[in-house]
Amino acid sequence: MGKRRVAIVGTGQTFHKSHRPDVNGQELIHEAVQSALNDAGMKIGDIDAIVIGNMDHFEGINYVDCWSVDGSGGVMKPIIKLTTGGTTGCTVGIGGYHMVASGIFDKVLVIGWEKNSESDTTGAITTAFDPIWDRLVFAGAISGLAAEAQAYMAKYGATDKDGARVSVRDRKHACNNPHAQLRKEVTIDEVLASPMLADPIHLLDVCPRTDGACAVIMACEGIAEKLTPIPDWIWGTANRHTYTYLNDTAFGGLDSMAEASKELFKKAGIREPRKELDVIELYQPYSFAGIIWIEDMGIVPRGKGAEYIWSGATDMGGELPINPSGGVIACNPIGATGLIRCAEVALQIMGKAEARQVPDVNLGVSTGFGGCFWVDMILHGKNKPAF
Amino acid sequence: MDRAAIIGLGMTRIEANKVRDTFADMAWEAVNKALSDAGMTIDDIDNVVTTSNDFWDGRTISCMAVGDASGAKHKNISCCEGDGTFGAFYGLTRILSGSYGTTLVTAHSKGSESISSLITNASFDPIYDRGLGMDMISASAMQARAYMNRTKTTPEQMALVSVKNHGNAIRNPYAQLPMKITVDDVLKSEMIADPLHKLDCSPVSDGCCAIIIANEDRATKYTKTPVWIKGVSFCSDSFFLGDRDLSQAPSLKAAAKKAYDMAGIKNPGKEIDLAELYDAFSYQELMWLEALGLAGDGKAGKELEDGRYDLGGALPVNASGGLLSGHPVIAAGLIRIAEAVKQIRGDAGKYQADGVRLALAQGLNGLCGQSHCVWILGKDK
Amino acid sequence: MADHEHIIIESGDKDQPFNYAIGMHGSKFFKELKERRVFLGIRCPKCKKVYVHPRRVCGECFVEMNDFVEVGPKGRIGTFTILRYAFIDPETGEQKPVPYGYGFIKLDGADTLFQHYISIDDESKVRIGARVEPVFSEEKKGTLKDILYFRIID
Repeated sequence: MGKRRVAIVGTGQTFHKSHRPDVNGQELIHEAVQSALNDAGMKIGDIDAIVIGNMDHFEGINYVDCWSVDGSGGVMKPIIKLTTGGTTGCTVGIGGYHMVASGIFDKVLVIGWEKNSESDTTGAITTAFDPIWDRLVFAGAISGLAAEAQAYMAKYGATDKDGARVSVRDRKHACNNPHAQLRKEVTIDEVLASPMLADPIHLLDVCPRTDGACAVIMACEGIAEKLTPIPDWIWGTANRHTYTYLNDTAFGGLDSMAEASKELFKKAGIREPRKELDVIELYQPYSFAGIIWIEDMGIVPRGKGAEYIWSGATDMGGELPINPSGGVIACNPIGATGLIRCAEVALQIMGKAEARQVPDVNLGVSTGFGGCFWVDMILHGKNKPAF
Repeated sequence: MDRAAIIGLGMTRIEANKVRDTFADMAWEAVNKALSDAGMTIDDIDNVVTTSNDFWDGRTISCMAVGDASGAKHKNISCCEGDGTFGAFYGLTRILSGSYGTTLVTAHSKGSESISSLITNASFDPIYDRGLGMDMISASAMQARAYMNRTKTTPEQMALVSVKNHGNAIRNPYAQLPMKITVDDVLKSEMIADPLHKLDCSPVSDGCCAIIIANEDRATKYTKTPVWIKGVSFCSDSFFLGDRDLSQAPSLKAAAKKAYDMAGIKNPGKEIDLAELYDAFSYQELMWLEALGLAGDGKAGKELEDGRYDLGGALPVNASGGLLSGHPVIAAGLIRIAEAVKQIRGDAGKYQADGVRLALAQGLNGLCGQSHCVWILGKDK
Repeated sequence: MADHEHIIIESGDKDQPFNYAIGMHGSKFFKELKERRVFLGIRCPKCKKVYVHPRRVCGECFVEMNDFVEVGPKGRIGTFTILRYAFIDPETGEQKPVPYGYGFIKLDGADTLFQHYISIDDESKVRIGARVEPVFSEEKKGTLKDILYFRIID
């Protein structure tokens, strides 16, 4: 645990859309930055350093930390790029935390963004994988995820109907979120009738492609309390990038989630996450992940994920709402997505989540996912952490 | 800033084309050398920060390639995209935050696998500038001209940087291009982009470097005498070349000032014993010296002629041979840190300078040195 | 380590071409595949896990591996999917012909999975645990394309 406490004091997001031809990348970034500064009641001059992330090949720009400065506010400031693929949004959040906790900076602006419309998403994702061993057969994120779903279903008897129930939940939640891209409910039948992309993943089981940006401002204890009445305290961070090669993956469970959550909860003294957590914003790029990965997180035992979802426990009003924002299935500007999860939990803690507010949120988890089945996680709390 | 130190370092040889090595092979070599240097095993490493660039590697999540080889499997790990000095900065904050006691930082690239001008062309804005077909060399040539114009630095003085650095490389077994050359050789070498001759430019290279950073507590638990981190800072200028005064390096000045303040340095020109600078091009060594306050403004060329920056001079610069003698992008800045550490330890063998107690290492990102990161390292706590 | 031919794989990308180094472990895999139609895995001296494709480092144990072992050529489907949506293959710039079977295959004797195409002539037979064997190409190039696909054998 760190010695210097850090809290999120403001967040901002664009209104995410499949295409934002009205802005270039710098302008997109600027929208989110301005929104976060307004939320925190700050000006760019108050910011000590900037952490930014995206996935280079989606926009085809090299050295984005340098290129973005007009939009990010980085001119004559320290700016650094952290990037780990899909996990990037959470990675930059973790980066912002360490930058402030280190004592070198007091107020750090964290930015995640992506203009997926500017490139071929599947093509770019395919180039994330090893050029010699993995790219021949690989078909972008969906293929690896479908293989995971197949393995899980064969072991635990889950069906595509179970997956569809997750989509139904998240698409319903998204209707409460003005920032989400897809704000129309779907039914189980509609999901199952949508085109099959890669068995067993249907079109409506999976995330869209989005242009969007998110910005989060973190500040140290002593300053955070002056900036906002309810800061969102960072209790802990943990991550695992377990696999280097896709074919080493043990399909059917998310090893990196299991290991990272174990560490995160142990450090924070959380014994029963299902009881102790109040909200989860899960980076869930496709529906089945909503079943599988909550088992890896230790919310429910292995094989019990579908049952838990069907019980309504993870819906708004349930015992542990998941993705009140609508999650990734409703909106996925990849470099921003992990940071949006972080910002959404912050909004929940700070009581600013409006129509998607979960009552009495004291502890929440935001996650990132990407790469070779990698996971990054942040634990957020309303009260100051004990360390 | 709490105390932290560098306690291990390792690097591959810098070569034009490591055709037998994947990125993972290079990382394996550098990481194991660093662990061995520190007297540590991978289990002593609390977390890892890798540094790489997706464009240079031809791979969207470039950090994926080096995971296993960097001991990532069951550890917290992150990746910085930018020069190794920036990755090391992040690795340092992860220690200062109190979260980890030791950080392994790696940085790699293989310039041989692609066409460098296409890679650097991609740093230009796609809407306004990229179509002009510029690359790092042509852009830097413009900066060189602007710098020469402002300071009246001559082509001969620039050439002398190349002579010095290639000459220094003769004593460095890791360098790619040790060469005994003259100013005349440089000026007669092929003109690449006026005023930059071939020997004014760094080569395309492959290489990887790894360092281990520890907090004060852990720093003395292993083999090597720790080299203390006295000050670190980074800062970025504007992006569009037309928005900047290319003859100046204000972001380097700002980063340097902050780093000097952290280290309690009032007169860097006198107090710094040695510098490892980012000499991607000959003129850059002179420009950065001035922005760092290690040379008088506009005077670096003259001071170089007077021998101030030679191995035996008052302030040896790039005793290792610098980037002109081998430039694996991304690893480049981390290698500057590693070389500075060697000098403070007294481990630099044939290119060891005398009495190095305080050294400066510098790395940069972006076109014409847009964003700089400055490290001040010291023998004393 | 026996000395053998260096192999580079070209990216085929016109805009930003790359020559990716395969590394000596991978290179040996392709040599055996090309010349003897044999699959090589590599065993970790510490945990004894057999990795396909062979690589230098066991990520779990952080040790170097040199113990090459022959695996397959037959195996079982570890997991799979059937790709049905059309997308542009970044390596060729052309649309990938769909549908196709994407398999992660456990070759006999290996502990990790090997990615390649699975023939979907009879989709009902494509399931986890199904026995498969490779169908090799006529041409011997020394790349993954020396295997055309894996087919289900009863």
